[in-house]
Amino acid sequence: MIRRFLAVLHARNMEFLRDRSSWGWSVAMPVMLVLAMAWIFWEDDQTLFKVAVFDSADAVDPSAHPFFATRHVDFFTTQNLDDAVHKVARHQIDMLIRLGDLAAYWVNEDSPRGYILERMLFGSRGASMSKQVVSGEPVRYIDWLLPGILGMNMMFSCLFGVGFIVVHYRKTGFLKRLNATPLRAVEFITAQIVSRLLITLLTTTLLFWGTSVFLNIRMEGSYLQLLVVAVLGAFALIALALVVASRVSSEELANGLLNLLVWPMMIMSGVWFSLEGASEFLQAAARLLPLTHILEAARAVMIDGSGWSEITANLVALAVMGFVLLALGARLFKWRSD
Amino acid sequence: MTQAPVLDARSLCKRYPGVTAVDGVSFTVDEGRCFGLLGPNGAGKTTTVEMMEGLMAPSSGEVCYRGAPLGRRFQEEVGIQFQSTALQDFLTVRETLHLFQRLYQHTADLDQVIEVCALSELLARDNRKLSGGQRQRLLLAIALLNNPQVLFLDEPTTGLDPQSRRNFWGLIERIKRDNKTIVMTTHYMEEAYRLCDEIIIMDHGRIIAQGSPAELLAAHFDDTILQLPAADFTVSPEDLPFAVLQGDRCVEISTQDVDAAIRRLVQLGVSLQHLQIRPRTLDDLFLELTGRELRA
Repeated sequence: MIRRFLAVLHARNMEFLRDRSSWGWSVAMPVMLVLAMAWIFWEDDQTLFKVAVFDSADAVDPSAHPFFATRHVDFFTTQNLDDAVHKVARHQIDMLIRLGDLAAYWVNEDSPRGYILERMLFGSRGASMSKQVVSGEPVRYIDWLLPGILGMNMMFSCLFGVGFIVVHYRKTGFLKRLNATPLRAVEFITAQIVSRLLITLLTTTLLFWGTSVFLNIRMEGSYLQLLVVAVLGAFALIALALVVASRVSSEELANGLLNLLVWPMMIMSGVWFSLEGASEFLQAAARLLPLTHILEAARAVMIDGSGWSEITANLVALAVMGFVLLALGARLFKWRSD
Repeated sequence: MTQAPVLDARSLCKRYPGVTAVDGVSFTVDEGRCFGLLGPNGAGKTTTVEMMEGLMAPSSGEVCYRGAPLGRRFQEEVGIQFQSTALQDFLTVRETLHLFQRLYQHTADLDQVIEVCALSELLARDNRKLSGGQRQRLLLAIALLNNPQVLFLDEPTTGLDPQSRRNFWGLIERIKRDNKTIVMTTHYMEEAYRLCDEIIIMDHGRIIAQGSPAELLAAHFDDTILQLPAADFTVSPEDLPFAVLQGDRCVEISTQDVDAAIRRLVQLGVSLQHLQIRPRTLDDLFLELTGRELRA
């Protein structure tokens, strides 16, 4: 059994590694995206002042404090004080203000923009507030984006690398040929999973290393945790691809079905922007998608340095999705089209 | 005690909505025999073979291998060459052979398989760069890697040029000498006549004739065919006491007495410059049995 599994695994790995066009593209595409995004958002990060106001209202009342009349500052309300304080620490928000009896403002003393805003607040001559100092390294957009792009690349690699290939094998009769040998379906499927897992981890590691060196990407947590997130995430995505590829023998149909999965994940899983503030339904739906859990866990590890307990729910969700989808894919799997 | 046949097809049926592809086919294949399934496209021969290979479940009926239903033993001991099979891209011939060899518990000597199938010069070549004949030899080699007791060949020479086809026949004859049981389908009557010890002719999912090629021809024909170009046949068919079939380009005269027929043609002044005399063939047999051309 092991011998047959290793034979198929080796053949699939060789097929991928010698296909220079797909190998090159799977590395080049995300690198280009990361560089493009880093360039596009570089200027914005330098100039935008963002001030959160802790208030239950939807919008900031300009008459509540003279500081709110300041031009070229983006004032917006937040209902989650802890989250907003965390964002000040990460330089994602430049200042947080709470009015009322316990009037206070939070600022990160390491932030140049926080310092300027504090001078502007004093100059506005409004009601006094107590100062709360927050500390923490800034989180650039590129730090937040990189896990998204790595996750998106994993998604494409797993879904198309397994789903499309299995359908191609079926369409061309290669699966039928394998079926005429003692090879069992479970051996073939396991070989495809392990092969794609190795390929995905290799390309993701290369990308992570390359971008980390080039862009000095933030990594607060443990590499082991990040590896576990990547393994379970890739496993869940590959299992999803196997369900799609279990019976289909048309590459066109497979392409359509895979795109049907890819685009909701691209939009709803938080690759490009956070879904904070989106409707509860949308957020609940997003939690059904493996990529959402991959990105939440990866960002928690990379940006916040979260421990195992903070990402356990994501890991469990990925493992459950992976095993359920794998069982379904194996149950539906057919060597040949009907 | 009588030895069970290597393969025993019992009342095989395969039905699809609105179509019965195979309709109650039964036959046995004995050890060391080359067994051929003949018939036009859509006759049900590939479906029958795939049920015998264990790759397609029959709607009813069963296939037994050495007296037992098909199972793991059969999978280990059967070799199959499909009509058309894609192989993995970016692998060389050697790597492809290694891949398939490692799927079996018991394997043939790889060097011997390579030698038999004349692949020595091609081992480092990418699968995608093989010609049609080279590719068929590789597919045959894959089918031989487990030193099979039974070898299935599904239209193995379709699409090959005449020279490659004859080379391939030489390979099959060499494999036959190792006493392997072979089951093959083919469109080519010459191929079946040369290679098969026993054939069945199928049409509309049923067996319409069964036996050795020589037996079948002897059972259905006792005449010989004289063939002349239509331009040389300058007399009326009524002038000859033989059955005459007139085509656009040639005329065929069926006779049990070739000498008498030739004498009569000479008497009538017909030029025999381009006369051809041929025995009845399996093509004629199929036409006789079904009223249709074999390759229709």
